[in-house]
Amino acid sequence: MNELLLGLADDELVIGWRDSEWTGIAPMLEEDVAFSSIAQNEIGHARAVYELLADDADALAFDRPLDEYRCAPLVELRLLDWAHTIARRWLYEEADRIRIEALMEDADPAVAGLAAKIDREEAYHRMHAELWHERLRDEPRFRDAVADLWPYALGVLPPDQREQLAARVSLEIPSNNVLLGKERGSHTDELAELWNEMTTVRRSAPAGAQW
Amino acid sequence: MTDMSRSARRSAGPRSPVTESAVWAAFEEIPDPEIPVVSLVELGVIRSVDVQDGHVRVEFTPTFLGCPALEVMKRALEEKVAALGAEPEVQVIADDSWSTDKITAAGLEKLRAAGFAPPAPREASAPRLVQLQSNVFRCPYCGSTQTRLENIFGPTPCRSLRYCESCRQPFEQFKTL
Repeated sequence: MNELLLGLADDELVIGWRDSEWTGIAPMLEEDVAFSSIAQNEIGHARAVYELLADDADALAFDRPLDEYRCAPLVELRLLDWAHTIARRWLYEEADRIRIEALMEDADPAVAGLAAKIDREEAYHRMHAELWHERLRDEPRFRDAVADLWPYALGVLPPDQREQLAARVSLEIPSNNVLLGKERGSHTDELAELWNEMTTVRRSAPAGAQW
Repeated sequence: MTDMSRSARRSAGPRSPVTESAVWAAFEEIPDPEIPVVSLVELGVIRSVDVQDGHVRVEFTPTFLGCPALEVMKRALEEKVAALGAEPEVQVIADDSWSTDKITAAGLEKLRAAGFAPPAPREASAPRLVQLQSNVFRCPYCGSTQTRLENIFGPTPCRSLRYCESCRQPFEQFKTL
């Protein structure tokens, strides 16, 4: 299986879950709507990429043991603070854009075509992040959140795409030991809790729940 | 005439083969599940219809990938083909071939009449914030261009929220995709 695409799909699934955790409790109604819509798009992207990789997207999304997920630690974090949540959205969209743009040039037309479609949709997520970044970038609390999450954001991308991300967000790449445990391939403790919740229905009705 | 009576009449007499135009005509009767003022044909999501020996292959392009109405639309297409007495094969094409530019002129007018501002034409690059913040978007109620972006996101992935400064009415803007 294509590890790069599986990592992308797992990132989109997990960040979609994390974003949806703000539904109903975001600090303002507009953000309830925005986070719900973004979450829905991200999970839609995950489904489309899983469908490139396997016949049954649900099986790939929910039937794997925890250690087979390829998501990056950045998307796994359960963030309860708005500054961190917005910092993650901004950093994630900047990182995601770099790999999606690379996939738009993929030799496989199915991959390139899907990447082009995802890019058009992600443009709206980037605008949302851009608006918030503009509003908060000089706030100390937001700057601290960006500093906390920056090593995790680098961990979304393979080493050869990290310089591009650093240039785009005007931040320095830290030393390797700072990245330890924050790169794809490691998992945070928060993922286990999310996995447990995310797969509950599927595990209770392995043949597929009927509504 | 209902679908039932049409298919009943078809199967009663000597069966005439299903034609592409009959399939397109049937698809024109399927409303968009979330914005039922436009049909799936007007929405431009049916990329092609290919009829061969009673087998109808349809290429269907989703609007937004996370659209929850995707399965409903696919099933509606299959049911229409089956009602014509043919065997459906609906293939979902997840690439960049659908854009809001595919919405027909009649579809755009119906959207406007229902209070949705139609999308701006697609540009070569993906949409940017500066375009959404510009005031080229016309209020579907009073026609004023004195409108501002309220929220990039709305009740479904394909819509944004805007506010008209002239008639003081919020309205939904179809996103350019």
